Amino acid sequence: MNAPQLIFAGLAFATVFSAVLVIAARNPINSAMSLVATFLFLAAIYAQLLAHTIAVLQVLVYAGAIMVLFLFVIMLLSLTHLGEPTPRPAFHQVVGGVAAVAVLAGLVMAILRWHAMAGAGRARESLLRFGTLEQVGGLLYTRWLLPFEAVSLLLLVAMVGAVVVAKPRI
Amino acid sequence: MEISPVDTQNYLLLAATLFCTGMLGVLVRRNALVVFMSIELMLNAANLTFLAAARERLDSTGHLAALFVIAVAAAEAAIGLAIVIAVFRNRGTVNVEDIRTMKY
Repeated sequence: MNAPQLIFAGLAFATVFSAVLVIAARNPINSAMSLVATFLFLAAIYAQLLAHTIAVLQVLVYAGAIMVLFLFVIMLLSLTHLGEPTPRPAFHQVVGGVAAVAVLAGLVMAILRWHAMAGAGRARESLLRFGTLEQVGGLLYTRWLLPFEAVSLLLLVAMVGAVVVAKPRI
Repeated sequence: MEISPVDTQNYLLLAATLFCTGMLGVLVRRNALVVFMSIELMLNAANLTFLAAARERLDSTGHLAALFVIAVAAAEAAIGLAIVIAVFRNRGTVNVEDIRTMKY
């Protein structure tokens, strides 16, 4: 194993470990902090995939903005003292757990049978510029301008909707 | 700069593991906030798949797909947390099993 493979193995293990902590922690605050760790490890993996722009956005938007929103709501509801009394797992929870493991087995079998497309589309773009802000931004503001504007409308609607839903009296 | 020698398959396997971890959280946990965090995990697994495919094909369109997923996740988190706050104000709980008015 060479250095990039070792780095990937370490990052992948850390990502899965912190992701398991997210769903295993009893305190929602611990879940949220584990989720921040997961997002940071994933950002490192994105950078290894040459997606530098998305890695930066992952840290700014996910680990920054979205997780601050989560922590704010957790603190606002002050749920920490409630906890979960961990009653017996209900029937649907057992079925859900088995289903998740079955989906994982199916996905792993499908991925192991998949073969790389032998360099299909390789070298379509210059590797030096791949994943840079220049290239992603260029595509975003030319060919994908309409979806980009639609996303801005979606964010506006979400903002107004969040205020309307969360406000006790309008 | 060159393509790192890690196989695309490894990234896909990691994404599958993350997705199923999130799915397990959605199906098993009772706290609505933890369910939302598990959904964020599943969205990130989808992003990882997009970026792995983008590198495999050296096509930046996958990066744009990941960008749009991040924007939709931000909108979803804002609306979802607003709904959680509204439910908590009316019911005093965020346990998804106590909220069953629309079930029957």
